[in-house]
Amino acid sequence: MDYFAQQLINGLVLGSVYGLIAIGYTMVYGIVGMINFAHGDIFMIGGFIALISFLILVSFGLTAIPLILLIVLLVSMAITALYGWTVERIAYRPLRHSFRLAPMLSAIGMSFVLTNYSQIAQGARVKPVPPIIRGGYTLHEGASGFVVQLSNVQIVVVIATIVLLALFTWLVARTRLGRDMRACEQDQTMAALLGVDVDRTISMTFVIGAALAAVAGMMYLLYYGQVDFNMGFVAGIKAFTAAVLGGIGSLPGAMLGGLAIGLIETMWSAYFSVEYKDVAAFSILIIVLIFLPTGLLGRPEVEKV
Amino acid sequence: MNAPPAVSIQASHALGAAFIFKKALISALVALVLFSLMIGVRTEAGPTGQLIYWTRFGDLAAMVATVFGGSIVVELLRQWWGPVGTIRVVPTNVKSALALARRGIAPVLLIFTFLVPVIFYDQRYILDLGILVLTYVMLGWGLNVVVGLAGLLDLGYVAFYAVGAYSYALLATNFGLSFWICLPLAGILAALWGVMLGFPVLRLRGDYLAIVTLAFGEIIRLVIINWQSLTGGPNGVSGIPRPTMFGIPLTPGDDGLAAKLGIEFSPTHRIVFLFYLILALALLTNWVTIRLRRLPIGRAWEALREDEVACRALGINTTTTKLTAFATGAMFGGFAGAFFATRQGFISPESFTFQESALVLAIVVLGGMGSQLGVALAALAMIGGFELFRGLEQYRMLVFGIAMVLLMIWRPRGLIGHRAPTVFLERSQAISSDLVKEGHG
Repeated sequence: MDYFAQQLINGLVLGSVYGLIAIGYTMVYGIVGMINFAHGDIFMIGGFIALISFLILVSFGLTAIPLILLIVLLVSMAITALYGWTVERIAYRPLRHSFRLAPMLSAIGMSFVLTNYSQIAQGARVKPVPPIIRGGYTLHEGASGFVVQLSNVQIVVVIATIVLLALFTWLVARTRLGRDMRACEQDQTMAALLGVDVDRTISMTFVIGAALAAVAGMMYLLYYGQVDFNMGFVAGIKAFTAAVLGGIGSLPGAMLGGLAIGLIETMWSAYFSVEYKDVAAFSILIIVLIFLPTGLLGRPEVEKV
Repeated sequence: MNAPPAVSIQASHALGAAFIFKKALISALVALVLFSLMIGVRTEAGPTGQLIYWTRFGDLAAMVATVFGGSIVVELLRQWWGPVGTIRVVPTNVKSALALARRGIAPVLLIFTFLVPVIFYDQRYILDLGILVLTYVMLGWGLNVVVGLAGLLDLGYVAFYAVGAYSYALLATNFGLSFWICLPLAGILAALWGVMLGFPVLRLRGDYLAIVTLAFGEIIRLVIINWQSLTGGPNGVSGIPRPTMFGIPLTPGDDGLAAKLGIEFSPTHRIVFLFYLILALALLTNWVTIRLRRLPIGRAWEALREDEVACRALGINTTTTKLTAFATGAMFGGFAGAFFATRQGFISPESFTFQESALVLAIVVLGGMGSQLGVALAALAMIGGFELFRGLEQYRMLVFGIAMVLLMIWRPRGLIGHRAPTVFLERSQAISSDLVKEGHG
């Protein structure tokens, strides 16, 4: 039971990271209707920028960890958001009204570009950092001596996720930008006729998605203590799996799917085998989609003839 | 003749140099922020394992300057070219010459391909490159059945390639079966896997289908990596037997082909044999596809791509139609995989990553989705272009990615933007692929 509780905590933390990335996928899909394959690499870039800005701040002699983390968070969100904007501007906007496969291939190409760009710019080796947030709490000490622990990093990751999710839900539900986004999601032409700047709204969607991915990248850096140029692909695929699992286009679905994928992966490695954890995650995806072809919270597609 | 573009050029000139300069300045500013940390600062694990960093402001300045200059050039080119959608009037004689060239290109290319081993007999590099290109042509034609004809988006095509390769490698190394027995077996096994993938995804559409096929490709790769007792895991399978010419080995020994024909042995014989083998396999794929397009099943595939609901209303069984498309595409992937295994003599999971799937899909889409000639030209351009950058090893994938983005922007509909219909009234007329649906899975 203790072991299970510990895995539950680990799974939820991992799931939060996936959920943050998945939101970017699901938003872009909801509005533009394309799989943004480069999103996983945006997450990776976010991790790198967090790492570099952290190193610079530390070498300038800053010691207050919360202040450092806040600055790192803002810097990596800002720069990564600009990456998201640039990718959309260069690779997707010219293909806005093209047929469906063209932007997708352009996105795959962009993903290769970003992966190799950071490999060339920062080298192929894994970049380790010492634990930045230390300490934690012991929740329960079992009779067999197994200790259920909740580390401070895990608390930070979960709290950051909840805060961002709340902020984001408010943004979509209550602000003018959110209303524009929902309008574009329903009908771009109609939205444009009613005075919504569609291009700008889509750009902002990419910017917000990239900023959330940057947060996920920073959380990943804090939690695992390393980044490398190749981490975007697998994380991206799993986050996309999470988005599809939750029902693509649905924001709570993305978070739910992220948590589900995180839990499946952690539980599978804990009770069965570490090697097959990704196989388990992908198999669950296929099984869920057989029975619920539009995901857990997705609206069924109504086809007009 | 060129009057309308001339007017638009004048109109955009009115925007003037200040506009271009402003745009370039904004691009440079964006580039400065983008590259500031990623290029301006370089991190590396130091001798004690601690991360250290140093600055590279020179590189950063160079990159920003390049972006500034580049965006001025792009803007000037754009003004010279005129606005997007400008209709250029092509003289009739040039048009007819182009049409003639277009009709002539396929046979000329085919004859040239047949002659490649004769012309470049001494140049092993070119022969190897030719084999590689033909392998991708075959993969492209195989995937074209699924994506181009049936309109089912498959992002895990490399799984079938892997199944074919491992089927041959394992059957040949464990049971000593010959290539010619294993080739059909590899195709059948891959087709079976195609049906197995097809069943769960029958109800899925569009991007759900895309992600499931991608997941399927990853599952196959992960199982190959982790099932060490069978597949050798990351170490792969080595010592895969070379193909024989219907039982006659291409070796220097007494029973080899060279000895039987009474000519001097040369290792090039095997390369030439492999070249013609993959050419034959690719042409088989092409021929089967062309024939199938004229049969009810091929027509059903294309109807499925155009409109699934109408298809069902007309009494086409969409289940079998989708499954046969998956199975046929997968079978050709399996053939290509078996060929890949026998050619390399060694296979490992590294050869079957998502990048390969993306490459083959890029070939199909760039080829114009459904145009056989287009796929061949796209494979030639992609693989050939890829080879050009062999010297710049680490920039290769970067250039490949940039090329993919630029090609999609330049020609979203692929190199060959039209199709020859299989059913027509009185005479065949090329139809623009803008009118062809891409299917929803």
